[in-house]
Amino acid sequence: MDFSFFVIQALSGLASASALFVIASGLTIVFGVTRIVNFAHGSFYMLGAYMAVTIVPWLLEFDRSPTLFFVGVLASAMVVGVLGVIMEVVLLRRIYRVPELFQLLATFGVVLIVQDVVLKIWGPVDITGPRAPGMRHGVEILGQRFPAYELFLIFVGPAVLGALLLIMHKTRFGVLIRAATQDREMVGALGVNQAMLFTGTLFLGAFLAGLGGALQIPRLPANTGMDLSIITEAFVVTVIGGMGSVPGAFIAALIIKMLEAFGILIFPKITLVLVFLLMAVVLVVKPWGLMGKPEVASGRAVLPEGILNLKGFSRNETVVWVVLTLALLLVPILGDTYKVKVGIEIMVFALAAFSLNLLIGNGGIVSFGHAAYFGVGAYAAGLLVTGPLKAPMELALVAAPLAGGLAAALFGYFIVRLHGIYLAMLTLAFAQITYAIFFQWVEVTGGDNGVVGVWPSRWAATREVYFYVVAVLALTSIVALRHLFYTPFGYTLRAARDSANRADAIGIDVKTHRWLAFIVAGAAAGLAGGLYSFSKGSIDPTMISIAMSIDFLMMILTGGIQTVMGPLVGTAVFHSVKDFFMPLTDFWRFFLGVSIIAIVLIFPKGVVGALEGLRERMGRRAPSPTTPPAVARETA
Amino acid sequence: MQPLLTVTGLEKRFGGVTAGKDVTFSLAAGEMLAIIGPNGAGKSTTFNMVGGQLKPDAGSIVLAGQDITGKPPREIWRLGVGRTFQIAQTFISMSVVENVQMALISHHGQTRSVKEAATRLHREAALGFLGRVGMADMAERPVNELAYGDVKRVELAIALASEPKLLLMDEPTAGMAPKERTALMQLTSDIARAHGIGVLFTEHDMDSVFGHADRILVLVRGEIIATGTPDEVRSNQRVKQVYLGEAGSQAALKARRQAAEVH
Repeated sequence: MDFSFFVIQALSGLASASALFVIASGLTIVFGVTRIVNFAHGSFYMLGAYMAVTIVPWLLEFDRSPTLFFVGVLASAMVVGVLGVIMEVVLLRRIYRVPELFQLLATFGVVLIVQDVVLKIWGPVDITGPRAPGMRHGVEILGQRFPAYELFLIFVGPAVLGALLLIMHKTRFGVLIRAATQDREMVGALGVNQAMLFTGTLFLGAFLAGLGGALQIPRLPANTGMDLSIITEAFVVTVIGGMGSVPGAFIAALIIKMLEAFGILIFPKITLVLVFLLMAVVLVVKPWGLMGKPEVASGRAVLPEGILNLKGFSRNETVVWVVLTLALLLVPILGDTYKVKVGIEIMVFALAAFSLNLLIGNGGIVSFGHAAYFGVGAYAAGLLVTGPLKAPMELALVAAPLAGGLAAALFGYFIVRLHGIYLAMLTLAFAQITYAIFFQWVEVTGGDNGVVGVWPSRWAATREVYFYVVAVLALTSIVALRHLFYTPFGYTLRAARDSANRADAIGIDVKTHRWLAFIVAGAAAGLAGGLYSFSKGSIDPTMISIAMSIDFLMMILTGGIQTVMGPLVGTAVFHSVKDFFMPLTDFWRFFLGVSIIAIVLIFPKGVVGALEGLRERMGRRAPSPTTPPAVARETA
Repeated sequence: MQPLLTVTGLEKRFGGVTAGKDVTFSLAAGEMLAIIGPNGAGKSTTFNMVGGQLKPDAGSIVLAGQDITGKPPREIWRLGVGRTFQIAQTFISMSVVENVQMALISHHGQTRSVKEAATRLHREAALGFLGRVGMADMAERPVNELAYGDVKRVELAIALASEPKLLLMDEPTAGMAPKERTALMQLTSDIARAHGIGVLFTEHDMDSVFGHADRILVLVRGEIIATGTPDEVRSNQRVKQVYLGEAGSQAALKARRQAAEVH
């Protein structure tokens, strides 16, 4: 390796950093002003690329000039900017005041919708874009050839940074963006037209994402996986840089891409781990990123989103749950193979969702990456059985929760140090890193294809027997987890959620308790993953994907995070609906996206919450002599 | 008698701003000591250094013979310091009695227990503390349904549950109606005297300060400019000049007269 090689490596690192910054800057600006982490930013990026591969070749037919190429790129970005405006007006306006969990989910709903729309319009095949006229050749640098377009990209990042800083400091719009980033309420109180400011910000953010996407077309064919692959990188950049800080995003993009460019020389396999380590270190030292500022605490006592007053079962409820459990246990005797399969899956997912609600509903710890622990459990079990060890199912099912718990202990150690949106982003980033590791470590994990042949031990080989294996393990785990909600440990978690200040002032070590909860939930999810791998007979990366994490979130939201048992109802409803409808339509993601948004806008309390609300209203309207309204509410 | 709390030569700087300079005072068991001063005088800074939220740059804080300088809040709590917040901090998804039970669970080191249901633990004791603050009959109410004055009482019960030697109260009557203020301060001073708890509080409300404090400490720009009984501080010319002004002095005088009537 000589000097010129290092220079080339550094240059390509700079080019990638530059491209990444353009995208991440939009995300960070939008967050700064609206306090919404926009998942759909990745979709805007993808749309930018698809627009460009449509518009640019059409323009180039008139004249193959560099000018027309860049006109096409800018036009694509403008179109995406307008789409951003539409999203702001139609959706975001309605969710500025809802809890961040719902905001993240709603914007993820947009991701799903866009995915199916893109598939419908452009099809599943990658579309290669034209190369930039006048920049198709290499430039000689120290005897090595370096693509001219990459060289051009190196200058785009600083140019965009310069333009953004100019806008931020020299225009009224930019000054307002900075003011809103510092104190949104004050800007509103000063009489600034917030609607215009927010819409303008979304235009700018989407424009930058679209620009980033359009600029990629000579390097990367437009494809349907672009959105999620870029959003994780952009999240990592904004978190490291400090959310809301444009210069921070620039520095973070530089550090990450240089680390990757050189890390690949030393540790070719684990550049991802390097990025993860970097993020972990930065966040432990500076919990708000390199150039971010602590979020202004409102100080108000807001009723938290999640479980409020915990009650034991009433007699009726006990009867209902016992009957439901018995009915479930009869499924293998009375039902067909399909029902047995669905029953197994519902129990498995119910355990995972239930453990997630221990974190979210009870602890206020919004995890966007619960699939990581589920997937680690599944892979631990699957690889033990199929790998060189050829371990039996029994051992694998012990290993699965251990592996899930270990992963949760490792990631959770960093996660519980953060708060709010930073915490949610970190859970997601860890999940994506886990996904990437399992996806890329082909020799061991089989990569995209996964591993087949994960079968139960002989005695449990039939679906019916395996059903009971799952029933015993999943149901006892759920009962044990449910017990946790009511114990001092569960109360302590809820206390820390209600008021971390108060908890601290009565001597509660909030971080350690959250960490323990994370480990317990991770182990439960790991067990669920292990059980799932044997029911499918295989493992593959979809078990760790964002989509899986979102499914878990949908399950608990469908049921409602205000109740302990809600997630079980939610899982049954969500999974049955999904299993029934998914084979019937090519647009499952579209419908899922629409339902997510509908839940956020219409039923934020889920099915069980809505039922309780209904009962409460009925109780108020017609108070029976024995149960006055106040009592009815308390026992509801 | 050895004082409960001895603070000696505390210093704290934030960049170029001196928020605390040679802050020295002591507090006896059962005594109510108020820190007053204009905004930015360093009241909260002093307060947070005693509570462990801030580390002093210099100086020492000794509680009942034990050096607590720079210790984290949790440890300071364990050594016997309870606190209330300017904006009441309670566990708002829980009932009144559960709030106090939670404090007792922590006091008994049971926060990691996974055996029995939390609601069964220390219920009687919790009701006892609620009785002290006059909230026993509201025990089962969700805390988020209470009037703010009652929430403040619940917070006081939570702070008392760990049997503290010292109570830190950051603007205890902020946001309360005038009538509730007097009641809360009277309650606090009764409890402090009855149980020998020292109370250190900051306050802007002149009635609360001059009506209920045993001694007052006046901070201006991080320095103590006066200290003494309410009457001494009220008649101190410097205090009148830099903080109380004419209106403040009048209010202080009125509060003293009312206090004299009560006692």
